[in-house]
Amino acid sequence: MSSKNLAARQPTRRDFLRSAAAAGAALTIGFDWSGSTRRAFAAPAAGATFTPNAFLRIGSDNSVTVIAKHVEMGQGAYTGIATVVAEELDADWTQVRVESAPADAKRYANLAFGTLQGTGGSSAMANSWVQLREAGAKARAMLLAAAAKEWKVPVTELSVEQGTVYHAGDKRRAAFGALVATAVALPVPDKVQLKDPKDFKLIGRHAPRVDAAAKSNGTAQFTIDVALPGMLVALLQRAPLFGATVRSFDATAAAAVPGVVKVVQVPAGVAVIAKSFWAAKQGRAALKIDWDDAHAEKRSSAALMDEYRRLAEQPALPARMTGDAAKALQGAVRKVSASYEFPYLAHAPMEPLDAVVKLSANSCEIWAGDQFQTVDQANAARTAGLDPQQVSIHTLYAGGSFGRRANPGSDYIVEAVSIAKAYGADGTPIKLQWTREDDIRGGLYRPMYFHKLEAGLDTKGELTGWRHVIVGQSIVAGTPFAAFIKDGIDATSVEGAATIAYAIPNIAVELSTTTTGVPVLWWRVVGSSHTVHAVECFIDEVAHAAGQDGFAFRRKLLEQHPRLKGVLELAADKAGWNTPLPPGKGRGIAVAEAFNTFVAQVAEVTVDKDGQVKVDRVVCAVDCGTPINPDIIAAQMEGGIGFGLGAVLYGAITLKDGRIEQENFNGYRVLRINEMPQVEVHIVPSSEPPTGVGEPGVAPLGPAVANAIFAASGKRHYVLPFSTNA
Amino acid sequence: MSTSFVLNGKPTTLDVDPKMPLLWAVREVAGLPGTKFGCGMALCGACTVHLDGKAIRSCVTPLSAVAGRAVTTIEGLDSRPAMAVQAAWVKLQVPQCGYCQSGQIMSATALLATNAAPTDADIDTAMGGNICRCATYPRIRAAIHAAADSIKGSP
Repeated sequence: MSSKNLAARQPTRRDFLRSAAAAGAALTIGFDWSGSTRRAFAAPAAGATFTPNAFLRIGSDNSVTVIAKHVEMGQGAYTGIATVVAEELDADWTQVRVESAPADAKRYANLAFGTLQGTGGSSAMANSWVQLREAGAKARAMLLAAAAKEWKVPVTELSVEQGTVYHAGDKRRAAFGALVATAVALPVPDKVQLKDPKDFKLIGRHAPRVDAAAKSNGTAQFTIDVALPGMLVALLQRAPLFGATVRSFDATAAAAVPGVVKVVQVPAGVAVIAKSFWAAKQGRAALKIDWDDAHAEKRSSAALMDEYRRLAEQPALPARMTGDAAKALQGAVRKVSASYEFPYLAHAPMEPLDAVVKLSANSCEIWAGDQFQTVDQANAARTAGLDPQQVSIHTLYAGGSFGRRANPGSDYIVEAVSIAKAYGADGTPIKLQWTREDDIRGGLYRPMYFHKLEAGLDTKGELTGWRHVIVGQSIVAGTPFAAFIKDGIDATSVEGAATIAYAIPNIAVELSTTTTGVPVLWWRVVGSSHTVHAVECFIDEVAHAAGQDGFAFRRKLLEQHPRLKGVLELAADKAGWNTPLPPGKGRGIAVAEAFNTFVAQVAEVTVDKDGQVKVDRVVCAVDCGTPINPDIIAAQMEGGIGFGLGAVLYGAITLKDGRIEQENFNGYRVLRINEMPQVEVHIVPSSEPPTGVGEPGVAPLGPAVANAIFAASGKRHYVLPFSTNA
Repeated sequence: MSTSFVLNGKPTTLDVDPKMPLLWAVREVAGLPGTKFGCGMALCGACTVHLDGKAIRSCVTPLSAVAGRAVTTIEGLDSRPAMAVQAAWVKLQVPQCGYCQSGQIMSATALLATNAAPTDADIDTAMGGNICRCATYPRIRAAIHAAADSIKGSP
């Protein structure tokens, strides 16, 4: 992979436009960092190139290359981003391709994150919607201006359709590529009229995914596929207990394995660097390491949960106080209470973590399915002893992430850089490859939580008081993001609970934040992965106690929330909520808002006489504002449902005396095809700004299934995963 | 020590440790990275290739075990069922992150080679060893049926 054009990546957008204009049509502007031979990252065609802004490059060969500032990890970001740009540009979808942006927060910050470049919080489309529309519309205006100039006609007589500019019907026409030479010299308009949504031709339709073909023939390039001349492969032996450190090690046997080049100690452990994965793996197995576990976490999950249970009875910090919940509960004629226990969960993306680093005295080049470019750039720079500007990142397709590849400490990136540094920082490319065991035991889990809920009903069966206590670790405490903790409350611990939308006059939501040696991280849908489960299971139990139907009970409490109520009604309607089911089958419902997207799901399950659960069908209604690509929205709901179902049925990372008891997909069971329910997705038509779909579909799945199990069998599950107490 | 076998139709000799798993031999030695590493224990199916036409997990198959036999990876697929499967994968927009899909397609192709009209239960059995964390399972199922239909419907 060539890096000869890297130097050209640094100028600001304005410099960029100025130099483009000055140098004229012959200039190929410096986005072409890749040099990879794989098609998604193909170098741009030679010849004239029009780069009206940081998000778009049009070649004289009619290619329209959209520069994606977000990683493509399955969620469809590349296709969504390209759709929005191509829509306003009036490009032909077949001429559109996508290239990943370099790490450059000045141009490519996630506007939802402020000044950081990165992907997360289901924000890819929401943050860039206006930015990308304007990018496309301004380029379109410049191509029109170029045609007007060349043909000496007023721009008002021109139109654009599918990558071609037309004059007055079809007197004259020019493909985009033919206008590039003139367009590069024109000024970028300050303001531009965006399309009326009724004129959308791509948005709201099924633009096929830009990555489907490459991902169906083996040519899509992931980090594991990077092969550079002279590249070595490293495997890292990490501590068996979180917090343990290397006291000493003997690398004699490891170094004797054919193909092993070097064994180095780094802060995270001992790395074996070899000519192949196989040699590195054998070398690692031959390491003899004496670990110092004086400061390591040695507790077991059961002991932690006992402590959490005790903490739930102690005073906690207020996260939401509406009315007087204590008084309301005291005065209630009927009280309901329940507690819910959530385990640690691993993300377990199919591509185990990996990164390729080429480190030399004054530069650090990284290839990764990078989800957190600005943070990774800073952490890599600190590790290497360089400035962030000296760190470049080639963002490749990520083989899944679910949050794992965006972490404040950049664990896998820092490990790879520290290994390259210990190797000698001599420009040798080194690929750090995690194994599945490394992934399952490597930490940064969705935290364990204990939830305790109490509700009070009055004589009419109305819900008058609600108290919700959450006990567990903070995801951001101890990281640079700790600044987001306000008055002791990490919002990611209580979102979905403190934000409860039900019209209850007295609400108390409290948080008790714990500390353990187990590193934790956001996991698909973050706080709502546990809070929504607790809230939606408990509201169902309260409805039952009040002698009311779960759907009708929720609906009445959501009168003030039309979008939540809307998806709830749509899901219930499409699922045939009131139609009878045979014995042994049951239906459950749940509704949630996550990242400003509203989702309701109805699950239909069969519970056999042995208590075995089969989820037969899930009907999902989603309101994510303007649907940019309905098929991708449906795919993300399907995927979120499968991901969430595997977690609630089987998912658990457990510690025994500090050691993780699972090692691979045998102990850490995930959903398989025979367990996947039939899924129907219904999208609410909307002209609101688009919101995310990558995560919200996970939130209501667990409680919908739990409530369905209760409807089918009369059994409520309070400990996750359900297999724990089947 | 070298191992000779047929790789994607071509006689191939790889001069590496015969205990090296076939997965790493095709990826790092033969330079065919379409076959993926997911678990290393035959638990996830990302590494699925065909050995004499049958789906096997290359991560637990030593290179020595394929001596004199025919190995096909995603790069070498050219059979009629394979073409139908890949076309259906694109048509039904199966992939999300895409990492497991080489393995899924290899398993699906092997299934259709022996069962022209698989039932849902047949698909569950044949595909149960292939994990997809993006849970593209409903589309995988639909695409296998679509591929079967397209083969049946074409002359």
